[in-house]
Amino acid sequence: MAVITMREALNQALSEEMERDGRVILMGEEVAEYQGAYKVSSGLLQKFGAKRVLDTPISESGFAGLGVGAAMQGLRPVVEFMTWSFSMVAYDQIVNNAGAIRYMSGGQYSIPIVFRGSSGAGLQVGATHSHTPENWYANVPAMTVITPAFPDDAKGLLKSAIRSNNPVCFIENEKLYGFKGEVPEGDVLTTIGQARICREGSQVTLIANSASTHVALASAEQLAADGISAEVVDLRTIKPLDIPTILASVVKTSRVVIVEENKPFAGWGAQVAYEIQHRAFDSLDAPIERVTGLDVPQPYARVLEQAVMPSAERVTEAAKKTLG
Amino acid sequence: MASSGAKKVRSKEKPGNSPAMLPTLTPSERVDLLRKMVLIRRFEQKAAQAFMQAKIRGFCHLYIGQEAVAVGSISTLHPTDAIITAYRDHGHALARGMSSRECMAELFGKITGCSRGKGGSMHFFSKEKHFHGGHGIVGGQTPLAAGIAFAQKYNGTGEVTVCYLGDGAVNQGAFHEALNLAALWKLPVIYVIENNEYSMGTHQSRSSAGYPLVKRADGYDMAGITANGNDVDDVREKMWDAVQLARTESLPSLVEIKTYRYRGHSMSDPGNYRTKEEIAERKKESEPISMFKERLYKEKVLTEKEYEEIERQAVAEAEDAIAFAEASAEPEVATVFEDIHAPEDQIAEFRPPIGS
Repeated sequence: MAVITMREALNQALSEEMERDGRVILMGEEVAEYQGAYKVSSGLLQKFGAKRVLDTPISESGFAGLGVGAAMQGLRPVVEFMTWSFSMVAYDQIVNNAGAIRYMSGGQYSIPIVFRGSSGAGLQVGATHSHTPENWYANVPAMTVITPAFPDDAKGLLKSAIRSNNPVCFIENEKLYGFKGEVPEGDVLTTIGQARICREGSQVTLIANSASTHVALASAEQLAADGISAEVVDLRTIKPLDIPTILASVVKTSRVVIVEENKPFAGWGAQVAYEIQHRAFDSLDAPIERVTGLDVPQPYARVLEQAVMPSAERVTEAAKKTLG
Repeated sequence: MASSGAKKVRSKEKPGNSPAMLPTLTPSERVDLLRKMVLIRRFEQKAAQAFMQAKIRGFCHLYIGQEAVAVGSISTLHPTDAIITAYRDHGHALARGMSSRECMAELFGKITGCSRGKGGSMHFFSKEKHFHGGHGIVGGQTPLAAGIAFAQKYNGTGEVTVCYLGDGAVNQGAFHEALNLAALWKLPVIYVIENNEYSMGTHQSRSSAGYPLVKRADGYDMAGITANGNDVDDVREKMWDAVQLARTESLPSLVEIKTYRYRGHSMSDPGNYRTKEEIAERKKESEPISMFKERLYKEKVLTEKEYEEIERQAVAEAEDAIAFAEASAEPEVATVFEDIHAPEDQIAEFRPPIGS
């Protein structure tokens, strides 16, 4: 199996899906001539031409809404936000139009659109450029929210997202674009809505997504050094949540730490914690812990930002707390 | 063409060697325009009554006074051309040929409504009639229109999109982003500002800088056209230029149509921001239905007796719509969980059943 970066995996997914379906188009800032701000769309303009790979002006509301209108007419747009932090400018189009037109019209329209791009903090770009908005979009009833942590999932889930007949927020994390992993050759899809156990363990379950999965895995190493066996569940999809996989792990370990980069108030971890206590209350041996981004706007200075981010040390400390 | 600070449709932008001329309507087609305008008026009056009786709830924005805009402009389109509008959408839906029954039933929140009772007054839809809403957020429909036109061009259908917006929407960012994209990518879309002078209770003199509003086309190097929205013939003539530009040259335009609404912004509006005299004055000088009716009398294509029959039929259709809406069933509560997601056909269904 080839070892490639997350960036290359996403590029393969786009290329393969554009190859197989002429209705798939890619639009966004710098996706064509510049080859993508993060090089995810590298080479696609040359391969598919300017009719299908479109540089947009800096008009997130305009081009996100344009994508929704095109989807209403049967195209299958992939709309790239250079970063998800900029998607707030397009919030009305994503929430009210992509999110509600099918429902408001009594089911007359399908909106097969993928909004995707980078997200996340930790690279010292300050409060405006550091958002992890999966919890915001998961609050939209019709929305599917996907947050891959590994290259194979990035490819397989993006291919599935493009083939979905419904709106998808596909939220990548900037810190992971250079992360390498094995990716199967060819047309391999990853099923949306299924978590994966990326490390088996028996004493505590660490539930994470996206870049936080790697924080959880680092913590699991630290815990192992202290003789504690941690299981790491990578949710992969935030909505719909894979509740059966979560519960199976909780039943096994009886202790839970949720690791999420987004801010604590109504972060997705709050929903996961609710589901666990509601459905597996008797399995819990300790209160559920959450390690989140701290409830402050993202600061610039490295020492401050590192204090705000979830870290392996904070996760390890929380895990030990559940073990008493 | 009425005066405008914006660029007119220039001859070099007119289609090819033999510009298609606005088709002359037969007398009966002209009478049909009047018939549609009267139907919208009577439909809206019945809706207002039903609202006062609390049979229609929520917000209900009436089109009374603006009928010539929707009827005149839509009469220049093919039935497969796309229409999209804001929340004052009853008139456009009826002008496009959606039935009075399905529209009234939607206002009543019934399962027989054009959006199965899920949209309400502001969110009428008929994909079959290429009527793509009915949008509640001011200006929010304008990027969608660019996208519909993008798809028309991408697929080479030869169809065009008409996007209606109010004068209040011209100050929304989404509108400007949409205009820029439409001009940049040469999309076959016509943005129609229905300028009824008030964005809710704020007169345009207190909300917009830069008149006439059609001047906003200048900044995007788009054709700007103005029309008298009280005169259905003028609306047809001016819209025709814009539609031809979109259809044959794939160029967008901005059409500002001056109109006036005789009722409040919505049924909940007490109308304290303007005087009764102002409304009476405007009705007297330029009421669109009377104006067109008198013209048809002069042209000898309509008699008073025939007009009475048009009125009688319009009232009967509106009453039938009310009766249909009243007799229709409420949606089953279980339908609240329907229409959220389209069925998947390229990947396996991945969502757990509702309520699991």
